[in-house]
This record gives sequence, C-alpha cells and structure tokens, in this order.
Amino acid sequence: MAKILCIVETPYRGTQEEHDDATLWVTHALKKAGGEMGVLLRGNAVNYAVSAQDPSGVVIGKFPIEHPAYPQKDLLKMQEAGIPVRVVREDVEERGIPLKSLVGDFELVSNGDLAGLFSQYDQVWHW
Amino acid sequence: MAKTLTISIMDPPYESANSTTSMRIIDTAIRKGMNVNVFAFEGAVSLTVKDQKPHPNPVHGTSVEEEKHPLTKDLVAGLFELAKEKGVKLDWVNCGLCVDERGAGNWIDGPRRGGPPDLYKWVEESDATLVVPTK
Repeated sequence: MAKILCIVETPYRGTQEEHDDATLWVTHALKKAGGEMGVLLRGNAVNYAVSAQDPSGVVIGKFPIEHPAYPQKDLLKMQEAGIPVRVVREDVEERGIPLKSLVGDFELVSNGDLAGLFSQYDQVWHW
Repeated sequence: MAKTLTISIMDPPYESANSTTSMRIIDTAIRKGMNVNVFAFEGAVSLTVKDQKPHPNPVHGTSVEEEKHPLTKDLVAGLFELAKEKGVKLDWVNCGLCVDERGAGNWIDGPRRGGPPDLYKWVEESDATLVVPTK
C-alpha cells in the first residue's frame, strides 16, 4: 500500500461552488479507497486550520449557498478517519495568525522537520 | 441614470475562488442598481453550460438532494432573474472562439455569443471596467 503525503498550498479554490476543497476531497476519497494518506498545510492553505472561520450566508443572485465548505471541519473528519493533518508553523506565524486560533488537533511542524516528514512517505504530492 | 460596470472573467467553474468572487461582485452591483456587462472568455464560458448536473458526494456521505450542489449555471440564471427584478440590464457575452474550442455551446437562457469587440465597446461605454485574471 502506497503511503502518500498531500501538500496543500492553494486554498479556497472553488470551495463555495464545490462545498469542499477538491484536493482535500480527493485525499479523503483515496483514503476510503484504501490509501494511506497524510495532509500537510502550507502557504496560504494554513488558514484551513483556523477554527472560527465561517463562510455561511453567501447569496448569489437568487441562489443561497446552503452548505458552504468548512475546511477545518472537513480536516477534523479526515483526521478522525486516520489521515494525519499537519500545519507548517512558520507559514502560520508569518501571516500573523495566532496559534491559539487553530484547531488544536492538528500537529504543527517546522520547515526544518519537513525532510524527515517526507521520508516517512512513499510519495509526496504537492498540489 | 444607472451606472454601468463591465467585468471580464476567465476562470472555469468549480476551480477558483475568482468565479465566486466575480459573481458576488456582479450580484452586489445589480442590487445597487447598476447595469452589468460580463465578458466571459477562456474557461469562464463553461459557467453557463446547460448540461451541468448536480451530484451526490460520497466523501460527505450525502445524496444529490442533501448536497444541494450549487451549479454555476443556476447561480448565473439567478443573476439574470435578479437583474430583471431590479430593473437593470445584465448583458453576458461568452467569447465564441473560446466556446467553439471547448465545445461548450449549450447554454442556459441569457448569455449571448460575442467576442473581444463587444468587450471593447463596453469599455468605451461603461463607468468602470474590472478584469479578473486567472492564476
């Protein structure tokens, strides 16, 4: 069984239209298909770990978005399903995001730890 | 006299926050009583394709009905409806060359076929023009 780490860097791509992040979605789908998956949030995607984000209330024309994407909740479900979620600490800090605002269940990793993390996986997919 | 906004978009549906943001800007302009011209080219011509279908979400464990997937063709149809209700004009041009190369010519009611000359004409006539680039 291939062990695959998915690095997510570009967030909020069509998430209102899709009801989820496509990269996280396919990662979860691959897990359900039998893959051993992991997620690393880096760059702007570290915002997916912010616990208080709320995308509700959007109406376009006559169409309310009734089930918007809550990436932090999707990531928690993924972690519960056995997909470890890690977040690059430096990318959080340089954006001025308070560490205490993140979902506490996700592991913070430093840039210096990434090579070791990558070595734990057979494949690393940088989306 | 109502002001007119021209907006040029090029991202395909379901792949970028640019599409959602653009539609929210169009929505807001209409609600404020502005006429809006939309020039959709490249991937954005697929926003209005009639054959879009909602789907269940096996990862969410939801049926088609539960998922209530917002299709971009429905969002755009709602913008046309809103414009009619507000008494302003929404003119939506899909670039014909972009449509042909994608085979994306079966649209909902509302958009019309055109090209860059339409955009240029609108730029001359509008109070403001906003281009939304893709990345």
